[in-house]
Amino acid sequence: MGNSILNVRDIRKSFGALAASDGISLDLHVGEIHALIGPNGAGKSTLIKQIAGGLKPDSGTVEFLGRNVTGMTTAARARMGLGRTFQISALAMDYTVLENAVLGAVGQSGAVFRFFKPAMKDAALLARARAALTRVGLEAQENTITAELSHGQRRQLEVAVALTLAPKAFLMDEPMAGMGAEGSKRLTGFLQELKQEAPILLVEHDMDAVFACADRISVLVYGKIIATGTVEEIRTNPDVRVAYLGEEGAA
Amino acid sequence: MFQERTLDIFVLLILVIVPASAVVTDEPFTITLATRAVIFALAGVGLNLALGQGGLVSFGHAAFFGVGGYAMGILASHAQNYTPIMETPFLIEGTNSMPVIWLVAIVSSGLVALLVGALSLRTSGVYFIMVTLAFGQMFYYFTISWPAYGGEDGLSIYVRNQFPGLNTLDPIQFFGICFALLCIVLFLVDRLNKSPFGLALNGAHQNEERALTVGINVYRLRLVAFVISGAITGLAGALFADLNRFVSPTMFSWQISGEIMIFIILGGVARLFGPVVGAALFILLEHVLGGLSDYWFIYLGVILLAVVLFAKGGIIGKLAKREAGHGQ
Repeated sequence: MGNSILNVRDIRKSFGALAASDGISLDLHVGEIHALIGPNGAGKSTLIKQIAGGLKPDSGTVEFLGRNVTGMTTAARARMGLGRTFQISALAMDYTVLENAVLGAVGQSGAVFRFFKPAMKDAALLARARAALTRVGLEAQENTITAELSHGQRRQLEVAVALTLAPKAFLMDEPMAGMGAEGSKRLTGFLQELKQEAPILLVEHDMDAVFACADRISVLVYGKIIATGTVEEIRTNPDVRVAYLGEEGAA
Repeated sequence: MFQERTLDIFVLLILVIVPASAVVTDEPFTITLATRAVIFALAGVGLNLALGQGGLVSFGHAAFFGVGGYAMGILASHAQNYTPIMETPFLIEGTNSMPVIWLVAIVSSGLVALLVGALSLRTSGVYFIMVTLAFGQMFYYFTISWPAYGGEDGLSIYVRNQFPGLNTLDPIQFFGICFALLCIVLFLVDRLNKSPFGLALNGAHQNEERALTVGINVYRLRLVAFVISGAITGLAGALFADLNRFVSPTMFSWQISGEIMIFIILGGVARLFGPVVGAALFILLEHVLGGLSDYWFIYLGVILLAVVLFAKGGIIGKLAKREAGHGQ
């Protein structure tokens, strides 16, 4: 598929007798928000880890930007432009907001093995970091210690750090979790803008948020994708209603 | 409360004033104690890079300390016996030149750290502690059973090695050499901590997942840090050997690894001057309490417990204001 950024092809991963990924295929198109939903234990985290690089599938391939990245490390995929945010904020909590963003810029620019010049005086790194913070609206907090940020601000910072990579695709694990209605709405608006730059594969529990912002939805149940389609298709899909929306035999 | 920098300068001043006044009052033993403190501080600065900044709790830094010591011992013993270290395929002679010995100590302990790190960094947590400890013990037993350089009895060097233009047997001059090296290393490590490398190293300590997902090869990052850390501790080992004019397998013992770790915990983990304060305090306690009782480690244990329980961030952490972030 020509306009696909990320292709997952028939991925299988078992833990003992449990098939956490049971032949999953999925793709992420240019300019879309593709939501991945599924009940607890459906294998969402396992799938995300295989896409991001922390876990190697038993079989099947992951292609990113047309390259087979199945054997590549997390760090290598990140350098190719796979930006990631986590459900539980993965940030350097003792660092300031700006330092976290600079850390992202350091990884992106391959400046890791520079030993002498202070990172926080490097104009190029700072410019990249500040640009990302401004995008998410955290520029005023740049000197705040990350541990002191509110939950919502940490989510914003997660996105900012991912932005410093100039990503070609985003992998977001429950970015709305614990955001509240107002914050969730604002973030949804921001994601709509962001997807023009790089498509987003979104794992989300908040159904309202998913239906409000996703262009396509894939439903994962017991390690299998039972349906992929637009919001309307998923909403009306009988299998999905039974398996996920909890309306079995009802109404 | 002080600014951490003010406190650091104060610590350096004490380290100079004590031996300087000992020159005036003609107490060479005090100068030797100060030199010991400075050398231990240097070993601690090395470990602090791995342990404090990188979160790599190495219980095997005695290996690098010992390799540095034996680098000095082997080179100097061949020089004093006028026998070459090897003749084929090419001639390598011993030397009593300190700069050459330091270079050999740094390179050889760095190489050993590369080997130890490459294997042990594949593990983490308690396993990492145990693997590094095991490597340290391997070196310990190897030197005990290696007869060429004294085996269990160690190796005496009769004359202190030479530094151009200085009389190294004069205690205060040798102290000056060690103190200058400590200052240079502290300066370099400070730059390193603030560099992109240091930012990434400490960032990966705080959150490994984050470092990986911004594209940092954390394994390689930590390996480089471990090598630099080992090389600094190796340099301290060479100086320690020169101070005592004696090397023995005890330099490789796990107690040395533990003591270097104690310096850091006493002074302040991940603080630039943490190991300096810790080593100075250790030497002071060893001298004062050791004079009272052979079992002075009991008191040290109590003090260590008190620091861990009541002074998070060690003595520097207690006395200095928290430095906001990475320091701009």
